[in-house]
Amino acid sequence: MPGRLETEFRAKRAAGRKLLVPYITGGYPGWQEAVRACAANGADAVEIGIPFSDPVMDGPVIQQASQAALEAGVTPQSVLDEVPGLDVEIPLAVMTYYNLVHHPGPERFAANLQRAGIAAAILPDLPLEESDPWCEAAAAHGIEAIMLAAPTAPDERLPRVAERAQGFIYSVGLLGVTGERTSLAHTATDLAARLKAITDMPVLVGVGVSNAEQAYEATRVADGVIQGASMVRRLMETGPDSVGDYVAEVRAAIDRDTVTG
Amino acid sequence: MSTNPETLSAPPDATGRFGDFGGRFVPETLVPACQELEAAFTEAWADPSFRAELDEVHRLYSGRPSILSECKNLGARLGVRLILKREDLNHTGSHKINNVIGQALLAKRMGKKRIVADTGAGQHGVASATAAALMGLECKVYMGAVDVERQALNVFRMKLLGSEVESVESGSRTLKDAVNEAMRHWVANVGDTYFCLGSVVGPHPYPYMVRQFQSIIGDEAHTQISDLTGAMPDVVVACVGGGSNAMGIFSGFVDEPTVRLVGVEPAGGAAIGKGVPGVVHGMLSNLMQDEYGQVQEALSISAGLDYPGVGPEHSYLADIGRADYPNVTDDEVIAAFRLLSETEGIIPALESAHAIAWLMREAPNMQGQTVLMNLSGRGDKDVAQMMDILADADGNV
Ligand SMILES: Cc1ncc(COP(=O)(O)O)c(C=O)c1O
Repeated sequence: MPGRLETEFRAKRAAGRKLLVPYITGGYPGWQEAVRACAANGADAVEIGIPFSDPVMDGPVIQQASQAALEAGVTPQSVLDEVPGLDVEIPLAVMTYYNLVHHPGPERFAANLQRAGIAAAILPDLPLEESDPWCEAAAAHGIEAIMLAAPTAPDERLPRVAERAQGFIYSVGLLGVTGERTSLAHTATDLAARLKAITDMPVLVGVGVSNAEQAYEATRVADGVIQGASMVRRLMETGPDSVGDYVAEVRAAIDRDTVTG
Repeated sequence: MSTNPETLSAPPDATGRFGDFGGRFVPETLVPACQELEAAFTEAWADPSFRAELDEVHRLYSGRPSILSECKNLGARLGVRLILKREDLNHTGSHKINNVIGQALLAKRMGKKRIVADTGAGQHGVASATAAALMGLECKVYMGAVDVERQALNVFRMKLLGSEVESVESGSRTLKDAVNEAMRHWVANVGDTYFCLGSVVGPHPYPYMVRQFQSIIGDEAHTQISDLTGAMPDVVVACVGGGSNAMGIFSGFVDEPTVRLVGVEPAGGAAIGKGVPGVVHGMLSNLMQDEYGQVQEALSISAGLDYPGVGPEHSYLADIGRADYPNVTDDEVIAAFRLLSETEGIIPALESAHAIAWLMREAPNMQGQTVLMNLSGRGDKDVAQMMDILADADGNV
């Protein structure tokens, strides 16, 4: 049976809505207000980053936010402790790196997420072949294990990723790490189309979706988008309110062609 | 235990594990590249023409085989028979060239035009830049900003050789962060770029492949020491950063049950001595980390050992009790650096001086034993740094 996040995403998709998932670095000053601002301005879920010392899939903006949070003494547990108090209606996912799961053990990490009320988790350095221990522990604690698919994946790999994925499939938008780009890479829509052809799981494009126009472009093919660096940069430069304004702007763009009644 | 029990020099299992350690913890983007590399290496390693080509570059360019030198003066002082495997005499000044020549030939064979490398002390960077110049490849080297400063000579060498050097300002600004940045570069350029890792670390097949390329040290030494002494040594010792020079020499002796294997870590970067299993840089292995799993910064006088992790095969050898991994302090290393210079006329790399430092401490318990030590590199690159530490105002030691 699908979990909460997948159930909501499938229902919203069926109703014709495109899905928007902002990423916010947990522990960065103002992050709680930023998550609330996302929820209030049309996000369908929020991905909360748990800062890790060696974030290999992140570019300079998210690296900087993570490092600032770590230097301020933020820990995985201190981020999770704040989650119940966020008091938002939409499902929350965490994004972090596998060592923070391995260190306490997948079982304990999954239990910690469950206790905090987290719905799902994304681990960008955990590929399909190494994911068994995590997926088993996640399942045991009702945490949806979101899997990533990359533009480099051969055709035979995609159905295997799709079969394992819960919540949605994270379709990696380009060859590279998180960060803003001037245009949407053709790989973003290419991979989303390849995935849409083989699965009915919601497919969301993340990494390199950098503004409202690019989000619109990506959602002509994909079911939704994840936006990280463009959110976190605003949080760092102009604070949580500007994140909310930006989410509203992206929301309006991806709703442009949607007839709502 | 999935590793072939009959020989400890067997390849890892199908998941890239030595016992419980290793694996391939990389972003999905890199999985096909790792698989492609594994297939290409396996095919090349089994191809006599590839091996002949590699052998020719070793002989006619790097200057192999490297000799053994018996340290009669220092040996007499310490009460042991001390024999050095002279990797310091290789072209570019360390064992790093053995691995790089192998990987650069492989990169060409795979049709890659560019290599990207991480470096700590700059020895792997210099070796990569050298191989790239020789083989007509483009080369970009990531080096932590702290290391760029303390190994300025090597930075200029790389530039002379035609490589681009990028100073890494993130994290602890040392080797760990240089590897992160090289991996990020690889994620973005995986189509045409070959990632030339500098030690027996990283995702499968790197730990195995780099060991195989470094096993020439152990293969030569096994024959050479038999010829010289008529017996196996009592102890084989090497310094351990990521662990490639140690795996290189260990691989020749790991199946000799009477030979004790010792890998010497820096006290400030003792992944096996002070770490617990963790996942970084694509591998599951011993790692210095805090109570939450954040990777800790290593702090060592030697840039090449300033690394909080270690190759997974070392974690395995430690786990099954086949090798020991003591650690030594920076002060012991400085004393060792001076001692080998003064007694034998050989200025060692600071990394290699870790092995000497351990022997100085342990020799009283090893009287009369034969010790084969891998002298992984020469100290030219460290002279400026040691001058700051050792020289008085008149420039005297
Ligand atoms: C001379 C020398 N020895 C040893 C090392 C450590 O590497 P490894 O442990 O892989 O041999 C380095 C690394 O830069 C080095 O330059």
